[in-house]
Amino acid sequence: MNGANISDASLLMASSLVLVSLLFSYFQKLRLEKETLISVIRAVIQLFAVGYVLQFIFGLRNPAVTTLIVLFMTFNAALNAAKRGKGIKNGILISFLSILVGAGATLSVLVLSGAVRYEANQIIPISGMIISNAMVAIGLCYRQLTGDFKSRRNEVEIKLSLGADLLPASMDILRDSIRTGMVPTIDSTKTLGIVSLPGMMSGLILAGTSPLMAIRYQIMVTFMLLSTTAISSFMACFLSYRTFFNERKQLL
Amino acid sequence: MEQLTFRDVSYRQGGKEILKGVSAQFSAGDFVSIVGPSGSGKSTFLRLCCHLISPTEGKIFFHGKDMLQEDPIGLRKKISYCFQEPVLWGNTVEDNVAFPYRVRDRKIDREKIVSLLARFHLDESYLSHEVKGLSGGEKQRISLIRTLLFEPEILLLDEVTSALDAENTELIEKEILRLNRKGVTVLWVTHNAAQSRKYADRLLTLENGRIQSLEEIK
Repeated sequence: MNGANISDASLLMASSLVLVSLLFSYFQKLRLEKETLISVIRAVIQLFAVGYVLQFIFGLRNPAVTTLIVLFMTFNAALNAAKRGKGIKNGILISFLSILVGAGATLSVLVLSGAVRYEANQIIPISGMIISNAMVAIGLCYRQLTGDFKSRRNEVEIKLSLGADLLPASMDILRDSIRTGMVPTIDSTKTLGIVSLPGMMSGLILAGTSPLMAIRYQIMVTFMLLSTTAISSFMACFLSYRTFFNERKQLL
Repeated sequence: MEQLTFRDVSYRQGGKEILKGVSAQFSAGDFVSIVGPSGSGKSTFLRLCCHLISPTEGKIFFHGKDMLQEDPIGLRKKISYCFQEPVLWGNTVEDNVAFPYRVRDRKIDREKIVSLLARFHLDESYLSHEVKGLSGGEKQRISLIRTLLFEPEILLLDEVTSALDAENTELIEKEILRLNRKGVTVLWVTHNAAQSRKYADRLLTLENGRIQSLEEIK
């Protein structure tokens, strides 16, 4: 590969770009100097730490450790997604299962088809992308679900009073929520290459991969994001809608 | 045996007592008007009747059986509630009238739908009308038709004519009366004093969550 080679010296010189932001903030009295500095220092420390950790894990070549890391990422994503669905009972567990099944199904297809190998340096970055995407999608689903069960209370109760069970009474809300979870991924898929050159693809090109190879990776990433989002949104909505009712099938 | 019995029923929500110690009995074929000022607990009373909520104290019996021991969905298929504000869903009127068949896993009985539409002065073409374009009166009639496609034992009406003109109101009143004569029990919440005494056999007055009176109308 003859991609961009970033030495310590060039990285140090590039850090002068932070000064531009600081100067703007100072002269325009934006009062963002302190925040900018802290965030840059944090980012550098976090990224170096993660770099060394990944370097260490990749060196282990141990599938069990890779799996553990993926589970850890899934758990953190579930914690975060569940925050968007306050009032949803077992939100963390539901989110964990939804992300796990969504990411698991997608990774299985990728590994079985030979598109990626079950090795830390391939599985961990890919998992990071799909898990975070699923987390955002589930968060959106929860927001829509909790909002709709409040604002469309009459509609749900009318359906119940017509003799509907919980699923038919909630079906329209579930559909809208799943749609809400999936739309951002579909929208960004539509504009790929026209509006945005995704970070991963840009990164590959910078590192010296040919654009034709980089787009293959991006196409694969797009497919896996779509499937994970669909599976996770669907599961999260279908596992959580019952928590809006009590055992007498009454809307809480 | 009484069809519906309230025994010392109270309902509390968020620390506020909405119904207090309500006891009443209703027999098959009764026509009862329920009146009272806003916030007196009328809608809560109807919601308790069709098990959309349960009493926080006391018991409600349907055909002598405690409602809490019965299947909630089965109960709601026999005790139907028509809300004050009609809510229609989907795109067309057909999506709405098909709903009661869907939840019962039954084939849509188009003939029955068309004959009910006709009773409410709506023709078959309405089935393909978009719900967005319907007037308030049309929406309320469709909402009532949706409730009546499977005739309930008890029909609960929550100010269903309060936003309608005289013509629509009379149409709905006549149809309700016809159903009542066939044996359907009607519990009708209304603000309209004249309407409350027009067809009902009894007048139940609620005030501050208590039954103020339950008088026979001659």
